[in-house]
This record gives sequence, C-alpha cells and structure tokens, in this order.
Amino acid sequence: MNTLGVSDQLRTRHRKAVLFRTTCATTVGVAIFILGILLVRIVIDGVDGLDLHFLTNFQSRFPEKAGIKAGLVGSLWILGMTAAISIPLGVAAAIYLEEYAKPGRLNRFIEVNIANLAGVPSIVYGMLGLTIFVRWFSLERSLLAGAMTLSLLILPVIIIASREAVRAVPSSMREASFALGASRWQTVRHHVLPSAVPGIVTGVILAISRAIGETAPLILVGALAFVAFTPEGPMDEFTVLPVQIFNWASRPQAEFHQLAATAIIVLLIVLLSMNGVATWIRHTNQQERS
Amino acid sequence: MTSPDRSLAADPGLTKKASRSLRETAIQGALFLCALVSVVTTVGVIVVLASESWTFFREIPVHEFLFGTRWTPLLEPRSFGVLPLVAGTLWIVLIAAIVAVPLGLGSAIYMSEYATPQARSILKPLLEILAGIPTVVYGYFALTFVTPLLKSLIPATQIFNAASAGIVVGIMILPMVASLCDDAMRSVPNSLREAAYALGATPMEVSTRIVVPAALSGVLASFILAASRAIGETMAVTLAAGATPKLTGNPLESIQTMTAYIVQLSLGDAPAGTIEYRTLFAVGALLFVITLGMNILGQRILRRFREVYS
Repeated sequence: MNTLGVSDQLRTRHRKAVLFRTTCATTVGVAIFILGILLVRIVIDGVDGLDLHFLTNFQSRFPEKAGIKAGLVGSLWILGMTAAISIPLGVAAAIYLEEYAKPGRLNRFIEVNIANLAGVPSIVYGMLGLTIFVRWFSLERSLLAGAMTLSLLILPVIIIASREAVRAVPSSMREASFALGASRWQTVRHHVLPSAVPGIVTGVILAISRAIGETAPLILVGALAFVAFTPEGPMDEFTVLPVQIFNWASRPQAEFHQLAATAIIVLLIVLLSMNGVATWIRHTNQQERS
Repeated sequence: MTSPDRSLAADPGLTKKASRSLRETAIQGALFLCALVSVVTTVGVIVVLASESWTFFREIPVHEFLFGTRWTPLLEPRSFGVLPLVAGTLWIVLIAAIVAVPLGLGSAIYMSEYATPQARSILKPLLEILAGIPTVVYGYFALTFVTPLLKSLIPATQIFNAASAGIVVGIMILPMVASLCDDAMRSVPNSLREAAYALGATPMEVSTRIVVPAALSGVLASFILAASRAIGETMAVTLAAGATPKLTGNPLESIQTMTAYIVQLSLGDAPAGTIEYRTLFAVGALLFVITLGMNILGQRILRRFREVYS
C-alpha cells in the first residue's frame, strides 16, 4: 500500500531522528561523565593525604614525610612574576593592535604571527627559554628564566583576549572623547581601558591559570624536582607544583602516586578558584551591561 | 612682523600641544614595541631551532635523520633515525582522534542544534574544564586509571602504552573539537535550516545533510588544529606512553613520542654542545615545523570559511 509505505518511511525517519538526538546527547553525557570520573578518582586517591603537614613539609624520599611547600611557594612566585611580565606586555600589544595599528602588511603579519604562536607546543617555548634565557642571558635555572619563558607562552592568549575586550568597547565612547579634544592616548587611558578591564581581567586570569598548570617548559628551563628550600628572590632555583606532581607520578611506588594525587587536588583547587573568579567577573559584568 | 616660529613659541597652548603630540608618538612607539615582542618570539624560536639543528645536520645527514628507522642517540651503536618517534606520535594522534572526533562532533551537534540556550551555557563551560586541566594530571589519570582499566580488559597491555596515553590526549582535545565545531555550525545561517525543515526534513536530516556539510570546512579545521595540539602534547605521553622509541603496530606496547623524548633528554644531563644535546633541537625543529604547518593550514581554512558566511 502506497500510503502505508509513506507512513512507514516517515516512522523510520522519525525513529532515526530520535536515535540521533539521543546519540548526540549521549556523547555530551560521556564527556561530562569522564570529567566526573577523573575528578572523583583523584579526590579518592589523594584526599587522605591532604593535611597541614602536606602543605608545610618539603619534598622527602619518605612518602609519609613529603610535602609540597617548595612547589606551592614556587608556583606562587611563578604566578606573580609571570603576571608582572606578561600582563603589561600583552595589554599594551592588544591596545596597539586595536587602537593604533592601521591596516597594513606589517600589522597583518603581527596578527597572523600571534595566531600561529598560540598553537606552538609549549615544549618548544621551553627550548626557547633554555637557549635564550638560561644560556645566552645566563639566568641559569632561576625563577626569572622560568617566568620569562611562561610569559612568552601565554602572551598570545593574553593579547587575543585583551583585543576582544578592547574591541567590545563601543566606538561611540571613543568618538565622544575625541570630540571633546582628547588625544588618542587620553581616550585609551581614560575611556577605553577602564571599560575593557573586566574582559581583560577574565582573559588574563585564564591565561595565567594555564601558566600555573604548565610542566614541560619548566622542566626544560630547569625546575628541579627535589627542592628543600623556598626561593627568596627571582634568581633562586625553584620547583613548581606540576613538576612535583610529575616527579611523584613517574615513580613506580603507590605511596608516591598518592602524594601526586594529593598535590593534584591542591593544584586543581588553585586553578578552579582562579577560573571561578574569572567566570564571576564575566558574569557580573554581563549583568551590568544588560 | 614676528616670525611664525616665535609666535608659536609664545602661545603656551601651542607648545603644550606640541609636547602632547611628542608624548603621543612616544606612547605609540612603546605600544608598538610591545606588539613586536610576539614577532621577536617567533624569530627567536626559529633562530634557536635552526642554529642548533644546523650543527646537528652537519654531523648527521638530513635523510638519515628523517628516514632512519632506529632511534638510539644515547646508546652505542648510535643511530639517529627519527621515524620511531614520529610513529609513536602518530599512534597518539590516531588514538586521540578516535576518542575526540566522535565525542567532540556529537557534543557540538547537540550543543548547536538541540540544546536550549540555558543547557548550552552550562554544558560548554563544563566541557571547557576538561581543556583547563593541566596535562600532567591527565598523565596521572592515564597511568593510574586508564592503563589498569585497559589491562583488565586486555591482559597483554603493557604498563606504559600508546593506547592509554592516546585516550587521555583525546579527552584533552575533545573540548577544542567540540568548541570549534560548535562555532562553525552556529555560523551556518538559519535560513538553510528553515528551508530544510519547510521541505519536511527531520532534525537529524537537517543536522547531517545541511548543517554539517555547510560547516564542513570549520569542522575539518577543528580536526587539524586538535591533531596539532595532540602532536605537541607532552606530559601525558611522557608519563603514560613510555620511553621506548620503536616502530610498532601494537598500540598496547610502550612507545615514545617526539615530545616525550625531549623531556627525557632534558631530565638527564646531556651537556650543551654534544650531539645528544643537539638531538633535542633537531627533534624540536621537526615538531615545530609539523605543528606550525598544521596550524597555518587550519587557520587558513577557518578564515576562508568565515568569509563565506559573513
């Protein structure tokens, strides 16, 4: 029967459509389920070791005595120094590209270059830092060499995010400022930058949280796995949380794996709270605008 | 009559203006220098990699490096054929793609075609958490969870293996695939969807025959960019895939990737100036060239795609 055939066909098409929808929904579910497993596994593995001693003890060859003081303090140093180097550079570059640059070959080249730098593997930055900062500049295995390397690594991310924030400032604001006789820099300094700050801060926090989780470039630049002191200044040797985690995870003994899991919890708490702050700033800012 | 110069100097408003324009130029120059740092970085990368590999290739012929099938730079008899490292890297990319392509594409179709705006605003950040987790954490996860799981399914699995590392790298690049595909699909004009619905198409037919083909170049670009990310991934493969450079057809065996070799070498103490030390830069240069080529290709496809619909 022809009509029956058509309705049969319709039914299978609709059945397929439902199945397809379910499949797509399932893939999202699977992805989020994996995230759940990952987090739960790490908490189960490591939560027992999480106490004050773990935060205040240095690395030790005895797992029960080992702690992450050196890594935690080192990561905070790296965080501060990388921020101090990369934020001014990145925001300035973004302002130049958005507010000053005239469309031309050179600026087009800078843009393409930034987009491509963002995709260079982080380990290549490590090799750059090792050769230029550690050897040519003789900074040795210092915090400064590490922070400079990571700054170059996250610079493209900061520039791209800051440009978006600067671009989102309505041009009516600039025109009003120019109409009152303000110069370009005065316009940028007093009008564009203040309204772009929430967007810039969000992007910067996300970029810096990437730097905090980086391991490979710092291993190349010479972050040490076994450090039993906290750095006093930018020229001191150092270790960071991820390098410490790598060191523990690469040992065969289960006790050290547990230490790695505990250190991962600390690292993830730091990262998630940074991300939380970034999301919160973006959220409150969106509400203010609308 | 006074000369124009003196009258200019006599007018305080005008000197102020002149000094202001000087300051403006200085500021513009300073900002330009900051923008130039990125170019200097690129030049730095190229100079560093090229100069150190240049000395390497004076000792080891390029064809021996590129096509040699044994990589034993630290053991006698030394051999500098990079193919085992490349093969190890390809295993990781292949396995990561098997995980990330279906999951990422499926998630993207769901988010762009089915999810309500509210659901999307929750799902997307959740997926992006996966991309924000440091790679060393994935390494730990591969070593302590995925590998034991694989071992319980297939007892022949080695402690270090390409499959486990590839799976976690796939999880890591999944959000990138999902996010880029989602962007590409959402930029397909609604009129195309509406036309298909008006002809009686089901949502599945709209997705698979209209939206995905229309967004195909964006989807393709996402695969290329994600694969490039997988090639450059370092810590998960260093921890979980092993340190045995070899050409193997079995992903359950220990292998070594280009990135893992670089870490292994830099953890040891190969003194600067030796041939071992220079292998670092030869492998690094190869890695850089491959990922840069893929990124340029991916970016170009993305840009062309944007031009079509905007």
